[in-house]
Amino acid sequence: MIPEIGQLALILALLMALVQGIIPLVGAHWNHRTWMATAHTAVAGQFLFLAIAYLALTYAFITHDFSVAYVANHSNSALPLVYRISGVWGGHEGSLVLWALMLAGWSLAVSLFSKGLPAVLAARTVAVMGLVSVGILSFTLFTSNPFEAIFPVPADGRDLNPLLQDPGLVLHPPMLYMGYVGLAVPFAIAVAALIGGRLDAAWARWTRPWATAAWAFLGAGIALGSWWAYYTLGWGGWWFWDPVENASLMPWLAATALIHSLAVTEKRGAFRSWTVLMAILAFSLSLLGTFLVRSGVLVSVHAFATDPTRGVYILMLLLAVTGISFALYAWRAPTVRSHAEFDPVSREGALLANNVILMVALAAVLLGTLYPLLLDTLGMGKISVGPPYFNAVFAPLMLPLIFLVGLGPLLRWKHVYPLEVTRRLWHTLLAALAAGVVFPLAMQGSITLMVVLGTALGFWIIFTVARDLYGRATQRGGNPLTALGKTSAGYYGMTISHVGFAILVIGITLLMAFEQEQDVRLGYGQSHTLAGYTYELRETYGVRGPNYEAIEARIVVTRDGEFVTELFPQRRVYRVQTQPMAQAAYQTRFTRDIFVALGEPLPGETWSLRLYHNPFQVWLWIGATLIVLGGLMAAADRRYRVFARRTREKSTDAPDKASTADLPESADRSATP
Amino acid sequence: MKRLRYLLPLALVVVLGVFMMVGLTLDPRRVPSPLVGQPAPQFQLPDLEDPARMVGTDDFAGEVVLLNIWASWCVSCRQEHPVLLALAEQGVPIYGLNYKDDRRDGLAFLGSMNNPYVWNAHDLEGRVGINWGVYGTPETFIIDRRGYIRYKHVGPLSGRDAQYNILPLVEQLRGESL
Repeated sequence: MIPEIGQLALILALLMALVQGIIPLVGAHWNHRTWMATAHTAVAGQFLFLAIAYLALTYAFITHDFSVAYVANHSNSALPLVYRISGVWGGHEGSLVLWALMLAGWSLAVSLFSKGLPAVLAARTVAVMGLVSVGILSFTLFTSNPFEAIFPVPADGRDLNPLLQDPGLVLHPPMLYMGYVGLAVPFAIAVAALIGGRLDAAWARWTRPWATAAWAFLGAGIALGSWWAYYTLGWGGWWFWDPVENASLMPWLAATALIHSLAVTEKRGAFRSWTVLMAILAFSLSLLGTFLVRSGVLVSVHAFATDPTRGVYILMLLLAVTGISFALYAWRAPTVRSHAEFDPVSREGALLANNVILMVALAAVLLGTLYPLLLDTLGMGKISVGPPYFNAVFAPLMLPLIFLVGLGPLLRWKHVYPLEVTRRLWHTLLAALAAGVVFPLAMQGSITLMVVLGTALGFWIIFTVARDLYGRATQRGGNPLTALGKTSAGYYGMTISHVGFAILVIGITLLMAFEQEQDVRLGYGQSHTLAGYTYELRETYGVRGPNYEAIEARIVVTRDGEFVTELFPQRRVYRVQTQPMAQAAYQTRFTRDIFVALGEPLPGETWSLRLYHNPFQVWLWIGATLIVLGGLMAAADRRYRVFARRTREKSTDAPDKASTADLPESADRSATP
Repeated sequence: MKRLRYLLPLALVVVLGVFMMVGLTLDPRRVPSPLVGQPAPQFQLPDLEDPARMVGTDDFAGEVVLLNIWASWCVSCRQEHPVLLALAEQGVPIYGLNYKDDRRDGLAFLGSMNNPYVWNAHDLEGRVGINWGVYGTPETFIIDRRGYIRYKHVGPLSGRDAQYNILPLVEQLRGESL
């Protein structure tokens, strides 16, 4: 009964999405107010029905309703409750429902907060999101129905993929989808603005918090995935340049470019058509990621069920969305003039360079990801492009970008005297270089050129940020704390993200240069020393989990004879899927992780073990967390809400004119030195 | 002219779209290689596990064997690994060519799973790979008793490939006289 309700709700949601996608567009074209207003009721309906469908599916999971094929394939009576709830998005069909629910959620949020927008633009934006929903929901219903019944009803389910039975994986997909789907908002506003032919400051300012929030969620999703890969897969790495990892990195790079070019569009009115292009590109890449994961065109650790009809459908969806929006772009964008002028050396110039570098990096990742597919298509074989390519291309591109992250925020808009900047900053640069030499030497005892460059650039960001904060605190001569208190959340958000990026850069640099790993074969009582830490295998014993059996090893770690910790890596075999899984054990400290993965039993009462010494690993997670927090903080900046209220008061009756109104300079603008 | 610039993204989408569409419909795993039917290119390389030892094509002269090209950075290689193990269990000798890989990474890859290979030649710079016409990893060659390449599989081997293509061919080639 409950699954049938879910099924019905899913169909009704599709119908609602159709209404939401079509009627407001027609209404906006003929300037018909009631028709436009349909957008806001339909989106609420769509969200409601999707929530019902989602809850129905969750209910089927919790109550072990194996008459639903999807539940039978992704759950088991022994599966713990938390994984039954997260199992809803553990497979292709259910994750689509989550995708759709989040899209409806973002659409609803847009509709609720759209009062500051001209009614026509708001109606079109919600309608565009409705059309995307139509695509996703019809894909779900026609090719991947999560409520499909199975008969005869199996006695027990086939269990959730063991890789997914992990706390990291409970959160990774929803965060990632929040990001993917969130990018539909800037996309929809951009398309709506293109339809109307109006790309003004109001559009840019209204887009900014949405783009920043989606970007932050996407970053959080990527970081969670990386963290999970680090501690679960037992491969000791945190990034593999796997096609699916790339599929999430690409929209993130595009979104990073988007939030930076939006800043210029909002503050200076420049880069308008470029910003629109970035908004369309970021969401197109989200869809491309979905296509790559779910169609089976690329071989990957993440590959979902690969079904050619699904592949064709989602490809059609991808091509329809990107084709229509880029065609619209080609038609409308040439009429958009950016009137603002600026010198190459200025904040605009720095942000332009930032965007160019990000686009080149994006192109490199896209090429590396699609190259196997292209070769495949040309009949030249299936291959895998590995980390050697990506590392060789990516690292040199990042160095100038990191330099700009430090420099950009210190530059004034429009025009800067290069000599004056050099005079102001040369000692900061020298200090960063010194830190780049001293810090690795003190921590690790050796340096290479790459280490000095990476660390120095990381410190360059931190030092420039500190300088800027100090400058803001003291410039008016008043109370420094009051001055800092007046600085906007947007500025602090940017600063926190940049510092997080700096920490990430330093962490990656030192980790990649000084990580050590070793495969060893140990008998009971034997030990091995790696990077000063001695690992002794004491014993192994069986452990029983709710739905798996495991062998656990007790490993005592000492350093110079002093006890450090005990580690308990496991080798699990899940009962239903009989898939062996390594559960690595590690201890984290501020400057190093020690990490042990249990390998296979070898003849003669010995075990193969993999030991890793990963310096500064935790800096990656700290850095990523700060980047995300900064994004969320910037998205919550008060001035966006103030702006919404102000335009609402002004624009009660002239929807399209009010948005071009000249806006007062924001808090952080006037505080720029 | 200026308008054309704005058409560029659309053009890119169309081109990529065509590629993906073809990519979906083709099953390009079987690639005719000019090397099939030719004598296998000879090589001598250091052993992955013991660099002091040289290994090479002479080691499997007179035998029907599989030569598998792999690398630790290749995800598809991880995927096909169980199939190789099953083949090795059924008595098919598998020799590995570790392609453009760091020795440490290669060993870690082997250490993390059971090892189906008789030995692994370490082709750090990919020179042998070029002689063998390797596009990427994984690729698998079947070499007959006279030292001729008789079959080439591009991409990860699936259980089906092993059962319906590899094993029957190996059986057949074993029956051929020298």
